[in-house]
Amino acid sequence: MTQPVFWALVGMALVVMGLYALIVHAHLLRKVLALNVMSSGVFLVFIGLARRAPGEDAPLAADPVPQAMVLTGIVVAVAATGLALALIVRQRALTGRTTLNDDVGR
Amino acid sequence: MPLELLGPGWSGPHWMLAAVFVPLSAALLSFLLPRLASPLGLIAATLTAVAALALTREVMAEGTTRTLLGGWATPLGILWRADGLSAALMAMTAIVGVMVSLYAAAYFRHEAHERAYFWPLWLMLWAALNALFLSADLFNLYVTLELLGFSAVSLTALGGGAAALNGAIRYLLVSVLGSLSYLLGVALVYHGCGSVDIGLVAACVPDAPRPAMQVALAAMIAGLLLKTALFPFHVWLPPAHGSAPAPVSAVLSALVVKASFYLVLRLWLDVLGGGDGDGGGRWVAELLGALGAAGVVWGSVLALRQERLKLLIAYSTVAQIGYLFLAFPLALTGDAVAWTGALYLALAHGLAKAAMFLCAGNLLRFGGHDRIAELDSAVHRLPLTLTAFALAGVSIMGLPPSGGFIGKWLLLKAAFEQERFLLATVILLGGALAAAYVFKVVGHAFTPAERERRVRSVPPDMEWSAIFLAVAAIVLGLTLPLISPLLQVGTASAASAAVTLMAEGYA
Repeated sequence: MTQPVFWALVGMALVVMGLYALIVHAHLLRKVLALNVMSSGVFLVFIGLARRAPGEDAPLAADPVPQAMVLTGIVVAVAATGLALALIVRQRALTGRTTLNDDVGR
Repeated sequence: MPLELLGPGWSGPHWMLAAVFVPLSAALLSFLLPRLASPLGLIAATLTAVAALALTREVMAEGTTRTLLGGWATPLGILWRADGLSAALMAMTAIVGVMVSLYAAAYFRHEAHERAYFWPLWLMLWAALNALFLSADLFNLYVTLELLGFSAVSLTALGGGAAALNGAIRYLLVSVLGSLSYLLGVALVYHGCGSVDIGLVAACVPDAPRPAMQVALAAMIAGLLLKTALFPFHVWLPPAHGSAPAPVSAVLSALVVKASFYLVLRLWLDVLGGGDGDGGGRWVAELLGALGAAGVVWGSVLALRQERLKLLIAYSTVAQIGYLFLAFPLALTGDAVAWTGALYLALAHGLAKAAMFLCAGNLLRFGGHDRIAELDSAVHRLPLTLTAFALAGVSIMGLPPSGGFIGKWLLLKAAFEQERFLLATVILLGGALAAAYVFKVVGHAFTPAERERRVRSVPPDMEWSAIFLAVAAIVLGLTLPLISPLLQVGTASAASAAVTLMAEGYA
């Protein structure tokens, strides 16, 4: 197993674990954490698989483009987490609940 | 080689930049100057619409327009491209945007808190939409998707009530999940192609390692379907669209869901070449068509069962989104008629659904509630609003001469020509169910309620902007010769365009 494939598989494992937690946990804070684990997984796949010369089995060289992209992704993830936490805190202050309503989809 | 940006006079690239940077700067400015938010917002909305419509005219006259941001060539630079598809959607956004802005200025007149946050978020959302329609770079598209998602979520929560907050949180979780799935796809595409420029990726997909590319595109499309609220991913949409303030619901239903649909279409046509070539693409198209058909039926039935007007309109959006996906199996034969039909339907739905939500806002303001059974002869007191609702309903049902009619007729034509009678039945059934739920509302508006209620007056601007949009949805049906050249998608290949561009500026 080559190094990029190893990191990609670790990243995918994080994505799957995050997705599972997002679905099974009802508490909103856990859902936000699950999304954070998922995004870390995606970033790991992105960085792990990036190669300088695509399509060749050249020795690994750092490719700055995906790093810049992942940096942007991290900023987005932080913003999403902040927005989600603000909304959750506000909902808890208003209603005392920290879960989603179940009465949708009727 | 830097592109010539400062040529004589204004041309396509200038209008492109203006369509994004005017609302973006106005968003920041109106956040800093909350007292001036309304006038600033209205001026910015007008300028943005002028830029978008001028760009559309340019694209109609000159064909696809491009610009490289900062003069950096692909693959490192970011390409902006306006073709017929992006121009048509930007023009629709401009018309809806101006009317919603006029409406919002009246709607939030006495609510300083909401007004101070509405304008920056709405202008940010508009900038993100225009940037999304213009970007020809998968990662830049991810950034615009997130900008769009965050401003849409914040707008949903604007009212601050418990239902709005809950809807907004659900919307945010779904939106982030969809974007992450999309980003995972981008990561795999970058791995396979070493670029995220749509043209370069399209040129590389046929030679790239197949399983990785299939997983990548599947992840991207699945994430976008979640954001588009295609059945069965629609459960987040009604609570979010139903609990937001009226101008916000109009924007979310008319414009925001179209953005992710547009992106699915871009990937399908420009990167996958319309799904032809092998059995896998055919299978995916049939699946999308089946989900679309299920969405048409399920969304319409649920719309019919709703007791609150805004939820009825929101479920109607689920049904109308379904229609857009019926074009995927119908276009497999290489026939562009189905695409033109679906896009016509997308434009008509944008105008009509915005009108409907604005009408719902008027009725809510008027009676203090939106329970359909208690609309209480609203037709006598808000005749303009009810006229607008009925006209928008004509387009949603697909009766002539509306834009919705043209869209459904083109889809039906494709379905009959290919003897896909099941899809044709779904198209007709969806129209009949739409008629049922529109008449349910109109019928109750003619019936007096049992007891008198206290009512509030509705400012005339709010009635006129609704009726303008509804009339626009009808008029759209009469302008087919004018608009259809813009919607001839699925014929021109982005790959060849990118090759030309590279030959010009990148070599």
